[in-house]
Amino acid sequence: MAQDKSGFSLSRAAGYLAAAVAFALFAALFALAGAVLTTGAVLFDLAWVPSLGIGLSFMLDPLALIFAALITGIGGLIFLYATGYMGDHPQFGRFVLFLFLFMLSMLGLVLARDLITLFVFWELTSLTSYLLIGFSHDDPKARRNALQAMLVTAGGGLALLAGFILIGFAAGSYDLAVILQGGGLQTSPLYGAILTLVLLGAFTKSAQIPFHFWLPNAMAAPTPVSAYLHSATMVKAGVYLLARLHPALSGTGAWEITLTLAGGATALFASVMAIRQRDLKQALAWTTLMALGVLVLFLAQGTGVALTAALTFLIVHALYKAALFMVVGAVDHGTGSRDVTALRGLRRAMPLTAVSALLAAVSMAGLPPFLGWIGKELLYAGVTPWLVLPLLAANALIFAVAGVVALRPFWGAPPGPLPREPHEAGWQMLAGPVVLGVAGLVFGLMPGLLQPLLDAAVMGFGAAPAAELHLWAGVNLPLALSFATFGLGGLLFLAAPRLLARGTDLSFADRCWDRLLAGLASFATCLTRVIQSGRLSRYLTLSFLTAGLVTLVTLAAKRPLLAVDFTAPLPLWVIAGFMLGGAALALTPHSRIANIAGIGTVGIGVALIFLIFGAPDVAVTQLMVECLSAVLFGIALLRLPGITERRSPRRRALHWGIAGIVGLSVTLILLAITAHPPDRQLATYFEENSFSLAHGLNIVNVILVDFRAFDTFGELTVVLLAGIGAWALLKRRIGRARG
Amino acid sequence: MRSPILATGARLLLPLFLGFALYILLRGHNAPGGGFIAGLIAALGFAIVIFADGPEAARRMLRIDPRSLGGIGLVCALIAGGGAALSGGAPFQGIWLDLPVLPLSTVLLFDIGVFLAVIGGVLALIFALEDSGKAGG
Amino acid sequence: METILAILAGALVTAGLWLMLSGNLLRFLFGLMLLSNAVNLAIFAAGRLTEGRPPLLEPGGARPVGELANALPQALLLTAIVIGFGLFAFALALTIRAYRSFGHLEVDRMRLAEPEEPRGEA
Repeated sequence: MAQDKSGFSLSRAAGYLAAAVAFALFAALFALAGAVLTTGAVLFDLAWVPSLGIGLSFMLDPLALIFAALITGIGGLIFLYATGYMGDHPQFGRFVLFLFLFMLSMLGLVLARDLITLFVFWELTSLTSYLLIGFSHDDPKARRNALQAMLVTAGGGLALLAGFILIGFAAGSYDLAVILQGGGLQTSPLYGAILTLVLLGAFTKSAQIPFHFWLPNAMAAPTPVSAYLHSATMVKAGVYLLARLHPALSGTGAWEITLTLAGGATALFASVMAIRQRDLKQALAWTTLMALGVLVLFLAQGTGVALTAALTFLIVHALYKAALFMVVGAVDHGTGSRDVTALRGLRRAMPLTAVSALLAAVSMAGLPPFLGWIGKELLYAGVTPWLVLPLLAANALIFAVAGVVALRPFWGAPPGPLPREPHEAGWQMLAGPVVLGVAGLVFGLMPGLLQPLLDAAVMGFGAAPAAELHLWAGVNLPLALSFATFGLGGLLFLAAPRLLARGTDLSFADRCWDRLLAGLASFATCLTRVIQSGRLSRYLTLSFLTAGLVTLVTLAAKRPLLAVDFTAPLPLWVIAGFMLGGAALALTPHSRIANIAGIGTVGIGVALIFLIFGAPDVAVTQLMVECLSAVLFGIALLRLPGITERRSPRRRALHWGIAGIVGLSVTLILLAITAHPPDRQLATYFEENSFSLAHGLNIVNVILVDFRAFDTFGELTVVLLAGIGAWALLKRRIGRARG
Repeated sequence: MRSPILATGARLLLPLFLGFALYILLRGHNAPGGGFIAGLIAALGFAIVIFADGPEAARRMLRIDPRSLGGIGLVCALIAGGGAALSGGAPFQGIWLDLPVLPLSTVLLFDIGVFLAVIGGVLALIFALEDSGKAGG
Repeated sequence: METILAILAGALVTAGLWLMLSGNLLRFLFGLMLLSNAVNLAIFAAGRLTEGRPPLLEPGGARPVGELANALPQALLLTAIVIGFGLFAFALALTIRAYRSFGHLEVDRMRLAEPEEPRGEA
């Protein structure tokens, strides 16, 4: 593979091609931006399941534009980066395919205008991210973590589907445009259920406590995947959903409290965990969690400042986090290590990487004149008063982590012995961090570039106007809080080496997760043992019992009208008596001839009933079949052993009970059916048209050979196949197959 | 236990059964009867021969493998159904040749198909069961 | 009249299921026949009973005066009976085949596809 490095490779070309497509999409979005900002939204439509009111329809509004631009722009840089990072991987082509599918799913998710479409893309991102996280599939840890990520997010996805369907009920449409302009669902009686289910979906996807554990584990993925999934895309899907449904669901106490608690707890917990990590990538993963927590926290509110803060921070975070992940990957690539304690003074060997790390880290730390500074100021301006201190702590911790991740490895004493001699990365791997780092600086210096987009997006949430983005907002409380953050963060940075976590044990949540899976598996084993014992009689027992009980319970709940009327001609009574006698004869274990005679009696009784009530064709058919059955039984009895009753009396009684339940339900259903006047529509149609359309006087025969001839044809096939099947079954000589 | 009287009787009865079956088949469209019943009656005639004179005799009288007979029936029904479709109607729509004496139609062909398929299917089942004793020994 | 058929069908279903639960393949077949007869009766009764007026038109295609028996369930039953016979005969063939292979007709001892799991497996 090494000699292949400089040469042309098809999969590498695929990487460049994917990058080109992503950039083209980005450019297309840029071209549409003007229209979006002036008209509010650009729509695309495709009918999909019109009968269910589900359309493959898309909508590009300012909120979707922000997400779509991040997805395609960062996506393109990631494809370039990946080509440099792992272009010589033997399965790089597959990797590009997965990543590209993921990008398209993500794009579909943020552009979907129809809730069902959104759900489909939501699940597609879960699926494709599973393939990406588990890309190193010969590593059991990668497989486990990929499965964990998928089970958590796809499980949340199922809750989301239920929530979406309820929204469809409550709003009368799956169309987001209708739902969002419908005046909200807060007063709907389904609101509680909708909120619970939607939040389950959003929190699992965006890894909020208590579903946070899958995200750090997902770092088993190759670094380009982490850089993409955990900066701009996958985990932001939950945030996107909350923002998207904000107008329809927010504003209630339940919304505010749930989001505030989940977001606040996640932000604080994650920032503490971040500073304790030894592995640079893990540290970044935890800071991602912190950012997600902050975003959820600010979406809890509905004020213009809070929403502007959330959206600005979203952009800030996507820019610096993607850049830093790429930097860490470059360091890993260049030195073979990601250990915070081992990496020192790399700026001499990797100067460009060091510079881009610095650019991104300064934005992350929230220092002026970067966009991160503006974002942090807005966070402080928009935060609920009682959350100021937790936010300050989290920001200070992140400040420190920024130093740990981006300063320590590059400055200070020359590095000690490392697995590889440090070397600078190629241009593909540098493009991303440099572009994104510079973008953070440019937007910081010229926040006016983002202002129109943010204004439009915040307007989309409702009436609240957006806050202005300023590099210098004057001497105020946010400024003071920023300085407090820098002070505290500086102290934490100095203390960071002492805060490192010792063990690499699984976290508490991870242990719970493993136990849950193990429990699920043993529950399934248990259930299988009970239901699928391999004993056919038990299968029958369970099936009959279920059928009978379900029917009886339904009947008991619905209490239908029952028609009971014992007037009947005498012959019917006599025939019924004979049939019951015949059935009784069929039950005895002593004589098979008696059994057959009893069954024959029942069959002939049925034929007579057909005859009495005007069905001569059916009666003759029944009679013929009875005769033929008797012939077959006669043949079969010579070849089969006698029967004995092997059931204990208790078992027989139990079986009487089960059979009786089903029999009773059959009787009750029939009584309920006959209590309603019959629908003779079809019978009348056949009576009127049998001669005029089909030239036949025997209506039954006309139905069979003309009106329903296609069905009859199917039935003929079945009878013939039964004959041929029996033939094959009995003619095959046993043992011949062995030779 | 094979009785020559019974065997002869069964052989004489078979044409009667078949004739009656044909009669039932042809009148089926306007009076009780039709392909299903006729097929069962004919199969019953052969079943009696099997009992009285053994399966070999029945096979000889049938002259054709019951599975082929059933297949021919299925093809008849298919022609009746497909013919209508090919001549511009819906599949299995009846087409009538308006002859004054003989009411020929695809519907009759279909019913003949039913008749043959039922005979074939039922006799295949009976022959298979009857033969099953020999193989096992 | 329908009431009597309803009770009769219920009784036949009960007897049929009791036989099907017995664990012997031949008795299972007996039960199956009772069950299919019961179901045919039930379909017939659900289409309502009309005494002595088969669904035949008068020569010339005129419809006789008064209500005819419901033709639809009759057509369904006619095929159902023949199909039921096919099912029964095929099941009988299976039974004979099973007896040849296993030497008995006890369904719970036919475990070729799902052998008894060894006990104490961790």
